[in-house]
Formats: sequence, structure tokens, C-alpha cells
Amino acid sequence: MSQQSLNAPGNGPEESGDDSEIVTGGQTFASAQAADDLLDEIDSVLESNAETFVRSFVQKGGQ
Amino acid sequence: MSGTKSGTTGQHPEAGLTTERVLGIETEFGVTHADLEDRTRAGAGSSILLSHLVVGAYALLDPQEGERGRRVRWDYGDETPLRDARGFELQRAAAHPSQLTDEVSDAHVPSVEMDIPLSGPELAPEGDDAEVLTWATQRSIGNAVLSNGARWYVDHAHPEYAAPEVLRAREAVVADRAGEEIARRAMALLAAADGIPEVALFKNNTDGKGASYGTHENYLVDRAVPFERVVAAMLPFLATRQVIVGAGRVGRGTRGQEPGFQLSSRADFMEAEVGLETTLNRPIVNTRDEPHSDPRRFRRLHVIIGDANLLEESTFLKLGSTSLVLAALEAEHRTGTAILPDLRLADPVAAVRAISHDPSLATTVPLADGRELTALQIQRAHLDALTAVADTADEETTTLLRSWGEILDLLEQDPMLAAERVEWVAKLQLLERYRTRHGLEWDDARLFMIDLQYSDLRPGRGLFDRLRAAGAVPALVSQDEVDAAMTTAPTSTRAHLRGGLITAHRGNVPSAGWDAITLAGPEGGHRLRLADPRLGSAAWCAQHGIDPTDDTATILDALRRAVTD
Repeated sequence: MSQQSLNAPGNGPEESGDDSEIVTGGQTFASAQAADDLLDEIDSVLESNAETFVRSFVQKGGQ
Repeated sequence: MSGTKSGTTGQHPEAGLTTERVLGIETEFGVTHADLEDRTRAGAGSSILLSHLVVGAYALLDPQEGERGRRVRWDYGDETPLRDARGFELQRAAAHPSQLTDEVSDAHVPSVEMDIPLSGPELAPEGDDAEVLTWATQRSIGNAVLSNGARWYVDHAHPEYAAPEVLRAREAVVADRAGEEIARRAMALLAAADGIPEVALFKNNTDGKGASYGTHENYLVDRAVPFERVVAAMLPFLATRQVIVGAGRVGRGTRGQEPGFQLSSRADFMEAEVGLETTLNRPIVNTRDEPHSDPRRFRRLHVIIGDANLLEESTFLKLGSTSLVLAALEAEHRTGTAILPDLRLADPVAAVRAISHDPSLATTVPLADGRELTALQIQRAHLDALTAVADTADEETTTLLRSWGEILDLLEQDPMLAAERVEWVAKLQLLERYRTRHGLEWDDARLFMIDLQYSDLRPGRGLFDRLRAAGAVPALVSQDEVDAAMTTAPTSTRAHLRGGLITAHRGNVPSAGWDAITLAGPEGGHRLRLADPRLGSAAWCAQHGIDPTDDTATILDALRRAVTD
């Protein structure tokens, strides 16, 4: 299975049927609305200057 | 002993194994200027300074930790092992607390502290937080023992939280989470101090530019087990456990040069099967073996391949399953009967990467005997073998096995079903949804940003926190428990006595280490050595009439009686 197919229809929350709801415990997150809300939230908090932020995150090696 | 089946059904003679073992977890945090301009200007050049600020802020300034400006120094222990078969002794130390302080070596290689000779009692200046922090960095104060029994220090160029020793995986989760909260408090103190740089800490393992820093696990193992057996058993287990407990990473290769996602943040930094090094040529099985206890009885297995986990169940599974594998190894050695599956990987280092690079989990890795197995099959073989010998009456062990089995079931069915319980899946699901929404390729900076910000410990910033707040990932332990564990040591090990004495008598504990605590009493100081981490537990203290909240003379009397009993 390729990485793309991991996101194929059937795996996303939008299409998740009763089975996966049961398997995963039926959390509220399993609803499409909750997932959308979370993405909205991430859009709002994600650093807007992603490229600079990522580029400037430089660490010294550790153990 | 468990089991409803009689011996005739082939139950292993060592049935009854549990997750209980002396273990601990240590985290090196990613550290950077919070201010983007400062960060761009400084690069990694200020990381040692920032690490000292982080350590000094919490150790010297946080009111919940103790008296302002007074830290307990780290005691590196002795070169010569304690020979007393009971595992503890009380040595006469110098007469006065200030002399005791001077006797303690406080250098930590390669912290810059080593280069600065320290003399005289250390006294933090009166003054505001910024003045104390400036003094602390000038003196390169890079070590402290906390009231919860943890070591909080500068290691290389990172702040590190070495959690107190515990006996159970769940205890370790609590102690590890307490370290995250301590990191948050340190950041808040720095943010509030005038003229002191604001710092951002990350609980991750790589900058995506070739540098990696570790989240290490430590397990005490019976010295009698030949190390070759430890290596043989750990290689296939550690190479494959990432499917269960990997934290996930955007980018492949040590510099993230190939676009894509992988299961483990540490996988690409593993270069050898076995070795002593931890910063270069990192091995899957590390041979560092300072047991901080009686070396004739114990070996310390220092595991460096693991990812920094924010998902609590991942930390629980990582420690619990590894402890159980080690219990099986010890049982095999005692009985001469095999428990663990005989699975020798043809190329463990290549297997670590191949498994990490395939989120479909379909990849097979070759065994020395010619078979080809998936990581899930290898993990399943371990789970089955351990289930057969586990103590079914032991609550944590049964919880661990159930959790491990449920997660394998989900991953076998469809990895994405495990998004609430496997950290790399949680991260991948988030990334895939974000990618779909915005039509992004895997080399887009925003996806690297999500990976980085996922582990940002600043309140309101970290994306893992957002997942948790949204109910997307369950918690295993309560926030109240975690908060309490910042200032209260675990009761199951010598961390209890260490932390209890620091809490009640900070001014009379000039130093402490894993296996030594120095306590100044009215008639001079004494250094207690504890060569078995189970000594000094709450139960041990109760048995010997030792109450850390008593006055020091009473405690020392009780310790003397315990030693001469």
C-alpha cells in the first residue's frame, strides 16, 4: 500500500462506518465535523511563516 | 502463579512474568529562542546558554520547587562499587553543609560547567529573577536534583529531564509527563523575566537538519543474563516496536532530504547494531552500562532507539513491553527454557529504516534463516510468547498485553484505524487531512511545520495538545496526578527517600545522585549509598522507621539503625 492509498476513501473519518467507530471507541473526534474543526484550529495556530520557522529550527546533536 | 491449565498442557515453568522492574526514562528537549529573529541570528550557537537558562529557571526560581536560589547538586556516585551485600551503607561525611557542598564534583561532561572551577558556597544573589538567572548562567549551573527525585540538567546542548526511577510503566508515564510540565514552567519563568531570552522547548528528537537528540529508556536487568542474549533478543524487538510506539516524522533521511512520512523520528539515526556510542554511529542496542547500583547484580540496559512520545499510551507500551521482554530473557536464563521467538534479522539496521519508511506496514524484512516477516508479525510473535508466560493476576501486565494486542489488531486491519492509540498514526492522519485540505505535496514547508509544532511544549502552540483537547487522543493518567508528580517522588524506589529529603530538608541536602544522598545533621554530615533502587522506597522507609519529614537527627538515627540491623 502506498502512502497515498492510506488516505483513500474509506479510511477518512467522513466515510468511516459503524465498524471503525466501534473499533476506535466511537470518540467524538470520529465525526467529520470534529475533524474539520480541528483542521480549522490548526490553520489558525499554525505558524504563518512556516518556511522560516522550520529553517531556523537548528539544534546541536545530542545523545 | 497464574493459569487454569495444568502443567500437562505445556505451560511454561516460568509463567507469572510481570512488567515490574526498575526502569526510568530521560528526555532531551529541543531548545531554541522563542523569538524568530533571535533564533535566525543565533542558530544553534546559543543552545548551551538557553539550556542553562531553562535548568536554572525551574531549579532556582520556581516557588513550587523550593527555596529560591537553592538547588541540590548532582552527586555522580562512586567509581568503586558498594560491596555491602545488603546494598546500602552510611558513610561519615564532612562536618558542615558548606564543606559538603565543596566536596561534591559538579562537573558534567561536556557541559561548560566542567571548565569553571567552583569554590566556596554558592549563594544566589538577592534580586529579581533576571539577576538570579544571569548569575546562574555565569556560574554555568547546569545540574539540579528536584524534589520529585528527578535529575534536571544540561546535557550537551539540550535541557534534559531524567525522570526518577520507578517500578512500573504507568508510574513512568506519570513521571515523564511531569517532566513536560516542568519544562513548561521553566519556559513561563523565562518569558516573565526582563531582559532574559524567551525560550521554546520541543519534545522531539530531530531538527530535520541532521541533528538528533534522544529519549532514552533505562532498565535494570539481572547481571547473570549473558549480554549476547540481551542483544539477540532486543534487536528484532526494538527494530519492530516502532510500528506500535513510533512518534512519526515528516521527511526521510537524517536531513529529511527525501519527501515523505516515516514511523520513527530516530530510525534514520541508527547506524549500528551494538555499540557504546550515543552521539555518533548510534547503535540499536547500546552497551553503556553504569547500573548506578550493585554491578554484580544488575546491568542497566540503556535503550536509545526510542522516540519522544507525547501520547501517553505509547510511553506506557514502550516501557511495559520492553520490560516484559527483559523479564522473559531473565526467565529463560533461570530455567533454560525458551520463551521468546527465535527471530534473527539478517540486517537489523536496514530493517529499522525499511520498517520506518513504510506507513502501510506491508514491508517485510529478511531473517537470517531466509524467512521474510513484517514488523507486525514479529511484534505479534513477541506478544503471543509473552502472553503465554504472563501473570494474568497482575493488573498492569494484563492491561499492557490487552493494549498491545488491540493495537496490533487495528494495525493489521488498517493502520489508520489506530489514530487514537498510535502516535505516528495520529500524526499521519492529521498531516493527510491537512494535505488533502490544502492540496500539499510532502515537501511543503507547512507539513514540516506541523511535525515540528506537534511537539512544541508552549501552551497554546503545541498541536499534540490540540489533539488531546479535541478528544482525538485519550489520556492514560490524570492531570492532577501529573501535577503532583512535579514535586512528589514515586514511592516505589529510592527516589522516594531522595525526593522526600529534598522536599523536607533542602538546606541540609547539599547533593544527591541516583545511588547517593548526602544529609547534613546536627553532628555532621552523612552520605547514604543505596546500591539497590528498591531500597529507600516508601515501604523500605516505613519498615526501618524512616520518615523523611522528621528532623535530620531523627532520620540519621534511623538510618544508622537500618545499616547496623
